[in-house]
Amino acid sequence: MAGLNKSEFKNPVVNWIDTRLPVFTMMQKEYGTFPTPRNFNYLWNFGALAMVIMMIMIATGIFLAMNYQPNTALAFNSVQRIMRDVNYGWLIRYVHQNGASMFFIVTYIHIFRGMYYGSYKYPRELLWMLGVVIMLIMMATAFMGYVLPWGQMSYWGATVITNLFSAFPLVGQPIVTWLWGGFSVDLPTLNRFYALHYLLPFVLVGVVFLHVAALHITGSNNPLGIDVKTPQDTVPFHPYYTVKDSVGVCVFLLIFALVVFFAPNFLGDPNNFIPANPLQTPSDIVPEWYFLPYYAILRSVPNKLGGVCMMFGSILVLFVLPWLDTSPVRSARFRPLYRKLIFVWALAFVVLGYCGMNKPEGIFVILSRICTLYYFFHFLVLLPILGKLERPLPLPESISRPVIGGGGGPMPSGAVAKPMEKA
Amino acid sequence: MRAFRNLLAAALLSVAAPALPAFAQDEAPTPPPQNWSFAGVFGGLDLAAAQRGFQVYSEVCATCHSLNLLHYRDLEGLGLTDDQIKAVAAAVTVPLGVDDQGNPKTGPGTPASPFRAPFANEQAARAAMNGALPPDLSLIVNAREGHANYVYAILTGFQDAPAGFKMMGGMNYNQYFAGHQIAMPQPLHDGQVTYADGSPNRIENEAHDVVTFLYWAANPEEIQRKQIGVRVVLFLIFMSGITYAVKRKVWADIH
Repeated sequence: MAGLNKSEFKNPVVNWIDTRLPVFTMMQKEYGTFPTPRNFNYLWNFGALAMVIMMIMIATGIFLAMNYQPNTALAFNSVQRIMRDVNYGWLIRYVHQNGASMFFIVTYIHIFRGMYYGSYKYPRELLWMLGVVIMLIMMATAFMGYVLPWGQMSYWGATVITNLFSAFPLVGQPIVTWLWGGFSVDLPTLNRFYALHYLLPFVLVGVVFLHVAALHITGSNNPLGIDVKTPQDTVPFHPYYTVKDSVGVCVFLLIFALVVFFAPNFLGDPNNFIPANPLQTPSDIVPEWYFLPYYAILRSVPNKLGGVCMMFGSILVLFVLPWLDTSPVRSARFRPLYRKLIFVWALAFVVLGYCGMNKPEGIFVILSRICTLYYFFHFLVLLPILGKLERPLPLPESISRPVIGGGGGPMPSGAVAKPMEKA
Repeated sequence: MRAFRNLLAAALLSVAAPALPAFAQDEAPTPPPQNWSFAGVFGGLDLAAAQRGFQVYSEVCATCHSLNLLHYRDLEGLGLTDDQIKAVAAAVTVPLGVDDQGNPKTGPGTPASPFRAPFANEQAARAAMNGALPPDLSLIVNAREGHANYVYAILTGFQDAPAGFKMMGGMNYNQYFAGHQIAMPQPLHDGQVTYADGSPNRIENEAHDVVTFLYWAANPEEIQRKQIGVRVVLFLIFMSGITYAVKRKVWADIH
């Protein structure tokens, strides 16, 4: 009986199961005693937060699906029926609708944390790439979910975004027809978007599992970006990080609740309260806020195909980020130039978002072009040469030393030019 | 999104004001903000005003505009009693499907009936309205930039067209409407609706009341939402505090 697990659990039922299927041993190993760097700051909460909001989205989504009608004639009113007649339907729907925004806020911060502390570098390249896959799946899911309420912005957003594929020569138009299942966004499009919007979150769960599995092979990065050397550098995941993540989850839910209960339509577009009308185009078609930077990149290029390639390229470039960044030092804390430049990049990304919500006229054309250029310049030119030009600060000997010595405080949130003086 | 945009615009302008040229002005002026009972975190709903607004809707707006997403039973949310709702519903004739011979049947409404629509379909509405389609008002407050302020501004913004302004036939001049030409003639006038409770009925009062009603029609869950929200937020503040205290205690031996 070589395969049986020697379980150390006292409870006979748990022990019986664990002997045959060691899930309890696994959970104990991966989330109980799992050695975790002791110096995480609160930015390391955001992975757990993303996990929480993902589960909230799936749970609320399943209940919405029970009441939603994926039919162009019924979809809009079925959503309103959920809002008005289903018990607490308004709560479920507002949580789901604003949950998408919260998911993206959390994920963008999570990604930025990875960039700031060099979490994508050896040996976590694959972990990072799986993260980029997760972001792509999230984007596809969010886009298709926004189409389902079948309001004006749903319809016209779907039309504009699917039409992007027509930019590709020869195959473009057939691809668009294939995506639509017809010659315009219509019932077949809504049906397939609904099916895919239900499917993709479970694909997402699968990739998230791989993301976490890869994380548990390499172990977590940490604010110092240096490897764990001795057991003094780590603490068991439970209770230290379960409780620290719980603090983050509570604060996150608090912010989430403020949005859901007091400003649930703040991030929405008034046009989506008008049922889809193929004969009437809204005066501006704006995507949801989390797509605005990419929308600005798309529109900054005068050529449609060029714009589409730049837009997809802006995300695909992240796949090769581990090899574009030539510096052996992970954490920006010890990279005096990168530490400033990463915020310049972040500023360019935010300005792109601002350009994306305005009509591409006047100053916004110039701004979005400059920022698009800088976005790619940062990845393709700055990062490769920076590793060679920059003289990193001396790295600490180990994680436990600076922590015990009182160093290693959290990163000041959002401070652009401010050096990290608060230790 | 427009609110968000304005916020960001203000933030950006305050930093970079000299560097940016003036934004092109929208054709229609921004609707001036009004005092709404439902504004703010603790804002409830002035039920008396909303009930008066329902009267305005029934006597004036309902001639042309539907409220397709509402049922008479929803009037409970305005504070009407079951008997009042039954009376309101019974006073209108609504379609009741078909009879045994397959002929369309009509009869008095019940609380379960949807609000009676003034026109059977879009074509009938356009035919009666000189080609224009009066929009459904169920979500009108949410569906326009400016929300309640905008709807109020439209209702009170009718004027004589300025000299030299070219009006198309059958159109009316409204200072707050994009393009200033609106198919709807001025619906509200001073003293048009006589309120049972003797409330003032100048055009401003009527517009304010009907917008309060329409706000409720678009967001019927809002009172309950805010009440639950206050409790949820207080609970989460408490939970955050207590979790942070536990965290401090657990980590005490590490730092």
